Amino acid sequence: MIENRPGLNLLAHLVLMLGVVIVALPVWVAFVASTHTATDFMSGTIPLWPGPYLLENYSRMLDAGVSTSGTPPVGTMMLNSLIMALLIACGKIAISITSAFAIVYFRFPFRNLAFWCIFITLMLPVEVRIVPTFQVVADLGMLNSYAGLSVPLIASATATFLFRQVFLTIPDELTEAARIDGAGPMKFFRDILIPLSRTNIAALFVILFIYGWNQYLWPLLITTSSDYYTIVAGIKRMADAVDGLPQWHLVMATAMLAMIPPVAVVIGMQRLFVKGLVETEK
Amino acid sequence: MKRTLFRNQLLPWLLLAPQLAITFVFFLWPAAQAVRQSFLREDAFGINTSFVGLANFKALWSSPEYLNSLQVTVVFAVSVTVLSMGLSLLLAVAVDRMIRSTSLYTTLLVWPYAVAPAVAGILWWFIFNPTIGVMPYFLDTIGYDWNHISSKSDAMTLVVIASAWKQISYNFLFFVAGLQSIPASLREAAAIDGAGPVRRFFDITLPLLSPTTFFLLVVNIVYAMFDTFGVIDATTEGGPAQATNILVYKVYFDGFVGQNLGSSAAQSVILMLIVIALTVVQFRYVEKKVAY
Repeated sequence: MIENRPGLNLLAHLVLMLGVVIVALPVWVAFVASTHTATDFMSGTIPLWPGPYLLENYSRMLDAGVSTSGTPPVGTMMLNSLIMALLIACGKIAISITSAFAIVYFRFPFRNLAFWCIFITLMLPVEVRIVPTFQVVADLGMLNSYAGLSVPLIASATATFLFRQVFLTIPDELTEAARIDGAGPMKFFRDILIPLSRTNIAALFVILFIYGWNQYLWPLLITTSSDYYTIVAGIKRMADAVDGLPQWHLVMATAMLAMIPPVAVVIGMQRLFVKGLVETEK
Repeated sequence: MKRTLFRNQLLPWLLLAPQLAITFVFFLWPAAQAVRQSFLREDAFGINTSFVGLANFKALWSSPEYLNSLQVTVVFAVSVTVLSMGLSLLLAVAVDRMIRSTSLYTTLLVWPYAVAPAVAGILWWFIFNPTIGVMPYFLDTIGYDWNHISSKSDAMTLVVIASAWKQISYNFLFFVAGLQSIPASLREAAAIDGAGPVRRFFDITLPLLSPTTFFLLVVNIVYAMFDTFGVIDATTEGGPAQATNILVYKVYFDGFVGQNLGSSAAQSVILMLIVIALTVVQFRYVEKKVAY
């Protein structure tokens, strides 16, 4: 702040409060809706304050779900989402950290070609090549499996780039010292590189967890058995099924449950989240 | 470049193998398939395929539906980008004035990043639900009859709001970082020279913020074109009358629902070219740091 202008400060606070309200509005409305019963929507508009059915609606969704929509209990779907998000986050980190190590610390024939093969995936979001990718996964018999949910989304140029940047900033003297002490490449990788990039790994994990949890189109396509439905994809099936019946309170309870884990991660690990967000884009 | 290297020849390939294998099987091979299929046409029963050259692409350029989808995508991407970046810049400038409450406001503004696009769509769909929603109720009192199920412009407004809402937190974080990297001495000097807050914003802050703005411009366009699939599918499903049928949704719809593989593949190829162009633009100009 350059000079003290109380008027402008007040205006800034007003702008920010309005922003917070706009940002929170849809979630508040969903929360309120999830604490009422179906009959409360009959009057024409939804109520603006929470009702008394919070525990009843949420426990019903977690344990049983909406049987008419053909979706499993929300608890099952959340577990599937959790497994998918963890597999994607850990898988991406594991394969990118080793390939970045190979690219930075070794000279071998076709090194540049390998680098470009990885680089090009940055340019091909799954939505763009959805039909042929689906065919590949179907041919490999990976429909309705956790492998099918996660492996095709694992290859990532961004994570490889991030680790490449991190490794390039690690001083050569450390590598020399390790070699003089007789450490081979894998010992150097395990005992020096991984500990030094610990915070980067954690920051990347936060971003990738959110990315994995929020996947929508891919799980929607490759899961036909309700055992493997994820919550973000399942919520749409639920909303479609209840379109005729006014069961919005249950859909909104599911929406809240779909939001809580990733939002909790962002708020709880805000510092790592911001670090991860900024690093993966650089 | 590293001066100290390890000399093994086999080990780097073993380390690269998992990523290269996944990249080849799930990225390069399908992309090549898309390119191949875009030159083929299958008959109605999927028995015979014949090479048709560029016919699929020509058919797209003369298809009113595809041209409509192209137009819808441009309107949608520009609206989402302008709305989301405008609001975020306003909030970031406001937070930049704060001394003690910065982190509180930041926490309250960043969490929508974690909400899935499909869930964001469902939330706004509910708020704007013509029979029980909150917004149509208020709009009705000022005499506007909201109905995104039948009105094209209402449907577009809905998906733009839902998509822009989710992106506010991302833009906000990058704008705040950009603002903080502008040296305070520049603004102080301008203040001493008698420039007021508005003049300082337009003559100093905005030009020096241009690298961030440009970067966000590309990221937001990519977001609006490709990551908003969930928003569209959870709300309008491209309707009414194709009013919100953006390109990435049409690829999916023609390929999976319409089973028109040749056309869908040709659309995939066009989208890939657009993504590659955007990526190149980003790498070219972000490196150069747009500034005056």
